[in-house]
Amino acid sequence: MPSAVEMIGIEKRFPRVVANHDVNFSVEEGEIHALVGENGAGKSTLMKVLYGLYAPDGGTVRVFGKEMREFSPAAAIAAGIGMVHQHFMLVPTLTVAENVMLGMEPRRGPFFARGRAETEVGALSEKYGLRVDPGARIEELSVGLEQRVEILKVLARGARILILDEPTAVLTPQEVEDLYATLRSLKAQGKTVIFITHKLKEVRAITDRLTVLRRGATVGTVASAETSQEQIAEMMVGRPVSLRVEKTAAMPTAPVLEVRHLCAEKLNDVTLEVRAGEILGIAGVEGNGQSELLECLSGLREAESGEVVLGGEDLSAAGPPAWFRAGLAVIPEDRLKRGLVGDYSVADNLVLGRHRLPRYTSTGFVRAGARDADAEELIRRFDVRPPEKSVEARSLSGGNQQKVIIARELSRVPRFLLAAHPTRGVDIGAIEFIHKAIVAERDRGVGVLLVSAELSEVMALSDRIAVMYGGRIVGVVSAASADEKSLGLLMAGGKAAS
Amino acid sequence: MSALFTLETAAGTLNAAAPLILAALAGVVCERSGVVNIALEGIMLCAAFTGVAVTHALSPAGAAHASAWAPWAGVAAAAAAAVAVALLHGVVSIHVRANQIISGVAINILAVGLTQFLCYLVFKSSSNSAVVASLPRWGAGAFRYSPLVWFAFAAIPLVHLLLYRTVFGLRLRAVGEHPTAADTLGIRPVRVRYAAVALSGALAGLGGAALASDVSQFVQNMTAGRGYIALAAMIFGKWTPCGAAAACFLFAFADNAQIALQEKIPPQFAQSIPYLLTILVLAGFVGKARAPEALGKPYAKTD
Ligand SMILES: Nc1ncnc2c1ncn2[C@@H]1O[C@H](COP(=O)(O)OP(=O)(O)OP(=O)(O)O)[C@@H](O)[C@H]1O
Ligand SMILES: [Mg+2]
Repeated sequence: MPSAVEMIGIEKRFPRVVANHDVNFSVEEGEIHALVGENGAGKSTLMKVLYGLYAPDGGTVRVFGKEMREFSPAAAIAAGIGMVHQHFMLVPTLTVAENVMLGMEPRRGPFFARGRAETEVGALSEKYGLRVDPGARIEELSVGLEQRVEILKVLARGARILILDEPTAVLTPQEVEDLYATLRSLKAQGKTVIFITHKLKEVRAITDRLTVLRRGATVGTVASAETSQEQIAEMMVGRPVSLRVEKTAAMPTAPVLEVRHLCAEKLNDVTLEVRAGEILGIAGVEGNGQSELLECLSGLREAESGEVVLGGEDLSAAGPPAWFRAGLAVIPEDRLKRGLVGDYSVADNLVLGRHRLPRYTSTGFVRAGARDADAEELIRRFDVRPPEKSVEARSLSGGNQQKVIIARELSRVPRFLLAAHPTRGVDIGAIEFIHKAIVAERDRGVGVLLVSAELSEVMALSDRIAVMYGGRIVGVVSAASADEKSLGLLMAGGKAAS
Repeated sequence: MSALFTLETAAGTLNAAAPLILAALAGVVCERSGVVNIALEGIMLCAAFTGVAVTHALSPAGAAHASAWAPWAGVAAAAAAAVAVALLHGVVSIHVRANQIISGVAINILAVGLTQFLCYLVFKSSSNSAVVASLPRWGAGAFRYSPLVWFAFAAIPLVHLLLYRTVFGLRLRAVGEHPTAADTLGIRPVRVRYAAVALSGALAGLGGAALASDVSQFVQNMTAGRGYIALAAMIFGKWTPCGAAAACFLFAFADNAQIALQEKIPPQFAQSIPYLLTILVLAGFVGKARAPEALGKPYAKTD
């Protein structure tokens, strides 16, 4: 029996980058196969070649033994391939049924047979246990439901091979469980699943085999169950990686940030303190006021009452410029919305916010020399890949966008660092790097406030942990004495056992 | 105020609304596919001239002795010319991926000069053409209109059906919102956009023909900003056929009303009524008008 997918010697070049070089990748029918690798390793690119979105510059693709001659989504769909993209491909103003049937609409003459489309989609969602209302508009759905629609879209086209690009990055833990159940039932019905992810735990939990890519080339394919997380991480990065945060005990001094009785939208009498030289982690289920707190602590939202003091200066009514002057650095929640200008080059992004310094401007003109020299230095130090200062920030992979932000913010030499989900969508190697950088800032005497949706990250990185629930700080514990269970209880609104 | 609501003003309003409606529908079709169409003004103007010139050429014995089909041939020629100009805009915006606003403005400027020049060549006057044979008038009483006016009203539900009930309309809206998503499903955004631009051209062309047929001749720059008003109506109508058409009726009514009012209040003030109305509508009723997400963004695969 031929393999479901065989990709041999795949080559794909972009203007400045070789994304895939001599990649070999094969998947057997009926298996769940993971594709792992660092940010920018070329995983998405390889899958886009398989799905016909990019034509390879070299190499052969065979699907169920038949060589692909034409590279287009239409040809891939015809060959039985479906793809759920990293960034969803749904039209928000259309309904579920319209999105699923787009391109293969049931017709009555020239008309779209809406009733028939909704019945078909309903039947399909029944068959695979992917419950969603066919008449609902996409913009009304949660991310988890949107993903179901994406999977339905693929199944409706009779796909026998499903590609999922980082399907769990945006899901809540419950939604992740549901997705796994779906993937298992798809496998039971004989479908083949290819699954890109950065989370090594889930790789081992749900996949049969995995293939590792590094810098555009295949490192190898192994059986998931027989390979440890450490081994996978080492294959990905090319050196042993510590999956734990190495840090010494904190030596905190005076408070840098003091928040007293802060009230604002969704925030209810928040009082907390971050001292120089410590990392205060905020644990909590998303949506309990963390985003609003972050906005209050960077000048994006005005306090209704209460005090916010940074380095002795009351900033409760100040805007971002005053905050930055007082020594703030921010790793924002949403990289492309608040962290980067996607259309600007990496070099321009690296000077954003400091572009008025005499070093970067003279009589109203940008000093390109200084900007580029500093950009090159930062790109080297923070290992941004590809090491190109003039590419658009948008074209970087997620992890490398994050590195650009961190490079810029840390080069401000802050006294207070606000880090929101610093490793979201970031690979193992970069996580280690970012964690080290944050700890190094702490050891330099910076006060760090960390917000993360991953409890394990909060626990590993913080010196003290504050739990947020319903817009309040419901408890502060030292990280050394914290355990997952009691934190979980607090996060769910239970009282601290004191 | 009673003079505002006579049968005559109602009839005049409908007559004035028709070209606006066709142009606004043209805008809706084009922009829902993701292509900005500032060129409506120029497209209408070219269509108006072409229609008149072709009707003239087909009636060598003069307007009075023209055959009955000469004005109909003019309408067909007007639509064809409009499609050609629209496709020029299409090539520039879709294929060359140039700035769609600039392309539209260029076409508008070009259209003014070109029609004037051709008008001089054909009719020996750059300000207006000869009077040509006109389309029959259909209807009764004060409501006797050229067939194009009736077509404009019929086009409102037709375009609505096209956009919201047909497969083509579904694809067109998808391409205007998220062309990459459509592309990954095997729909060719570029083809859909060309089709939308061509259809938009045909509608705007019939709008231009309606203008010319109203006075049975071509007058220099006779669109007088109607393409832009149609664009405003399209935005007021939130890029929907029915909303855009309703806005066109409102504008046409205000325009008629100000003429009637000029006897009672200072004309300077009366003339400003349609514009005041525009501002009021904009401020009061439009609310959050959401343009198609991919509007004005040329589609290119990312490689
Ligand atoms: N359209 C594009 N134009 C130019 N360069 C690109 C393009 N798409 C990807 N690249 C580059 O190709 C390389 C591989 O990118 P790819 O998106 O395949 O990485 P990835 O493994 O999916 O990373 P991540 O885990 O961050 O999603 C990167 O260096 C990226 O910057
Ligand atoms: Mg990717």
